[in-house]
Amino acid sequence: MNNIGFLAILRRDLLLAVRYRGDLANPLIFFFIVIALIPLGLTPDSKELSEIAPGMLWITALLASLLSLDGLFKDDFADGTLEQIIILPQPLYFMVLAKTIVHWVVTGLPLSLLAPVLGLMLSLPETGYLPLMLSLLIGTAILSLIGSVGAALTLPLNKEGILLSLIVIPFYMPVLIFGSNMVVLAVDGLSIASPLAIMGALLALSLLISPYVTSCALRLSIYG
Amino acid sequence: MASPRWFYQISGRWLPWLSLLTFVSIIIGVIWGLGFAPQDAKQGNSFRIIYIHVPASFLALVGYYIMAISGAIAIIWKIKLADVVMKSAAPIGASLTFIALLTGAVWGKPTWGTYWIWDARITSMLILFFLYLGVIVLQKAYSAQGLSNKAAALLALVGTINIPIIYKSVDWWYTLHQPATIKFTEAPSMHPDMFQPLLIMIIGFYLFYVTALIVSMRAEIIFRERNTSWVKELALNLKDKRPI
Repeated sequence: MNNIGFLAILRRDLLLAVRYRGDLANPLIFFFIVIALIPLGLTPDSKELSEIAPGMLWITALLASLLSLDGLFKDDFADGTLEQIIILPQPLYFMVLAKTIVHWVVTGLPLSLLAPVLGLMLSLPETGYLPLMLSLLIGTAILSLIGSVGAALTLPLNKEGILLSLIVIPFYMPVLIFGSNMVVLAVDGLSIASPLAIMGALLALSLLISPYVTSCALRLSIYG
Repeated sequence: MASPRWFYQISGRWLPWLSLLTFVSIIIGVIWGLGFAPQDAKQGNSFRIIYIHVPASFLALVGYYIMAISGAIAIIWKIKLADVVMKSAAPIGASLTFIALLTGAVWGKPTWGTYWIWDARITSMLILFFLYLGVIVLQKAYSAQGLSNKAAALLALVGTINIPIIYKSVDWWYTLHQPATIKFTEAPSMHPDMFQPLLIMIIGFYLFYVTALIVSMRAEIIFRERNTSWVKELALNLKDKRPI
């Protein structure tokens, strides 16, 4: 593949993520802490917990992924790297895609791998573990892709945090519906094929569209 | 053509007629609908809120597309006026969505026995309201920093791609949960006596939408062009005419 920009950004961002290891754990700790709130706030009864577990795990993972979006372009924007990236003679689409993939690798992927452990703590039935991981693996990738649009749109604003959430959450709703439904179906012993297919379609669609819109938004953010 | 100044001048001539038409059609629609249309066989008089609810919901949906399309025009062809339309359409659309939700809740109480249920249509309206709010919030944040409006236009555009997906997914979600206790069964075909005032109300709401859009666009144009000579001239003329 003749895509130097894509590979260079992928390598650079992964390297940066490894160098700042401390930040990697933050979404995971957030995920963990909020899950710990649920029995405290609702009920420690394992039967009731197991009923709400799929939805709660999904909502919390969604929020953890959302909160980590803030930093997606921020540092590169602040120190001028982003402007240099945009003027590179390389397709911006693939460079944005690389950044989004790295975001997913450092947030969505560990969240999905951690999820069964937290599922166990919320007494999610064992049949739900693999579908939970699978739905989160695909789902958080979609969330990262959609979220990159929001992160790019709010880039030049000073008060990103909550604004970003307000903009992005409505677009997350379909992912939440199908993601948590997949787990519910698996727990009930039904086939997960249809939500899985739809999640796959959503992933394909957002892979196609999101990096492009994000590129437009980044250009707007920098050149007005 | 299509310059803000040209629009300001021509819309100034349209506005009195448009306002008059809006006023007349809404007054006729309200009096006919509330006073003279026959009662519903099952819902009695409470069905009459349809004369506000349905037109507001119509325009809430149409308004999103008007906003997004004008946003696209503003981004692609860089037409100033389209940007003004986009900015003015957002709060009007959000208000209409809110009215649709509110009248729906008021209507829901006597017919369904509850103000709110997580019905597919209500939920998608609520999400539409959130989408509007996102656009408005982004606009406000950008204009507070003196930056251009294009990010909000882009967001509105992304929303149009997503609206069908969101609607379909909410539909799917709702059929999965099957509350089944409450079901909204609309009369298959409305009696013409009930439908005619509704049609007039819908026309009235369309006119109202256009009027509100023009009024808010004019204010926005004056604000944006406040440093140009024609606006200064306009302000001076007004000052002379006004008996102080």
